[in-house]
Amino acid sequence: MEKPTVDQVWEWLDAVPDPEIPVISLVDLGIIRDVAWQGDTLCVALTPTYSGCPATSVIEMDVETALRGHGIEKLELKRQISPPWTTDWLTEKGRAKLEDYGIAPPQPAGGPSRCPQCHSTNLERISQFGSTPCKATWRCRDCLEPFDYFKCI
Amino acid sequence: MTRDEALFEFLLRMGDNTLILGHRVSEWCGHSPVLEEDIALANTALDMIGQTQLWLGLAGEVEGKGRTADNLAFLRDAWDFRNVLMVELPNGDFGQTLMRQFLYDAWSFVMTDWLKGSADERIAAIAEKAHKEVTYHLERSGDTVIGLGDGTEESHRRMQAALDYLYPYCGEMFEKDKADELLAEAGIAPDPAELRAEYDDIVGRVLAEATLAIPGGDYVHKGGRNGRMHTEHLGHLLTSMQWLQRAYPGAAW
Repeated sequence: MEKPTVDQVWEWLDAVPDPEIPVISLVDLGIIRDVAWQGDTLCVALTPTYSGCPATSVIEMDVETALRGHGIEKLELKRQISPPWTTDWLTEKGRAKLEDYGIAPPQPAGGPSRCPQCHSTNLERISQFGSTPCKATWRCRDCLEPFDYFKCI
Repeated sequence: MTRDEALFEFLLRMGDNTLILGHRVSEWCGHSPVLEEDIALANTALDMIGQTQLWLGLAGEVEGKGRTADNLAFLRDAWDFRNVLMVELPNGDFGQTLMRQFLYDAWSFVMTDWLKGSADERIAAIAEKAHKEVTYHLERSGDTVIGLGDGTEESHRRMQAALDYLYPYCGEMFEKDKADELLAEAGIAPDPAELRAEYDDIVGRVLAEATLAIPGGDYVHKGGRNGRMHTEHLGHLLTSMQWLQRAYPGAAW
C-alpha cells in the first residue's frame, strides 16, 4: 500500500467523533497534537483534555480503529501531556458545532457569551461542574433552559 | 539516599495524596446533598485520580523495577503509603469534606505552581497539567468555604468545627526531610517550608471572608508523608479501594 499523506491522515482523523460529544471531531477538539511518518510507521500524538478523563483510552481505541480501517498497518500512538491541552485549541468549526448542539463554547471571560438556545445574555451559573470534566452547568434566565458550557482552561 | 531514591519518595508523596484524597472524595458519589454537588465532587475526584496516574506512573519509571501506577496504587499496604494524614481522614459531613478540600487545594495550588519550573522536565509537564485543574478546584472549594462559613448559623458552626478539627493536620504538608533537601538542592522540588507564606496568604484571605477563625495552638499531626505512622483510617480505606486486586490478584478488564 502507498503511504497516505499526512494531510490525508488529518482528514481521516477529522471524521472520528469525540466519544462524549459526538458532534465534534477529535481534530475539532484539538487533542490530536501531531501526525508524522517515521519510516513506514505512522506516529500520532494525542493529549488528554483532563488528566482523569475516562474518554482518553476510548479515544485512543477509536483512532486506532479508524486508521486501521484505512489500511494503516504500522501505527504508534503517543500520549503527550506537555504542553497541556487548552480550549484555545478548539477549531472554529468545532465551536460552531458545539453551539448548534446546545453546548455553549468556551470564552476567555470564563462564562458563556449567550444561551445556545435563544441567544439571550441573561445567564446564571448553576454549577462549576457538569456531565463531563470539560463542562459546567448554566441556565438561561430568559428561556429558562439549562445548558452545558464547555469550560475554558 | 540517592537522588533517584529521593525522587521516588517525592513522587509517591504527590501521587498518594491525590490517590487517597481522590478515593475519599469519590465516596460522596451518589450521596451528596444535591445533584450539582455530587457531580462536582465526582469530577474533582476524577481529576485527582488522573493526576495520580501521572505521578505514580513516573514514580514507577524512576524506581525502575517495572511497577506501574496501578501496581503502586493497588499492591502496596498502609505502611508504604506516603500521603499526609489529612487526606486519609474520613469525610465527615459535606462541610468538613469541602474544608479539607480547600486546605488541600491551596497547598496543591502553590506546590504545582512551583513545580511548573522544576529542573526535571517530566515533573514540570505533570505540574503544568495538574495546575490548571487545581486552580479550578481551589476556586470552587474556596467559594464553597466562603458560602458555608458566611452562611447560616448552623453552616457557620459546622465549618468552624471542621476547621478546628482539620487545621492541626495542615502543618504536615510543610514538613521537610532528607529527600526534600536533596531535591531542593537540585532545583527539582521546593523546600516545603518555602511554600508556607503563600499558602497562609490564600488560606487567610478565604477564611477571613468566610468569617472563620484560624485556631490557635501549634500542634501538628504528622507521620503520613514519611510513612512513620498513618491513622487507623488508611487501612480501612485500602480494604475498600484495593478489594478487587486483593480478592482477584491480577484481574483486568
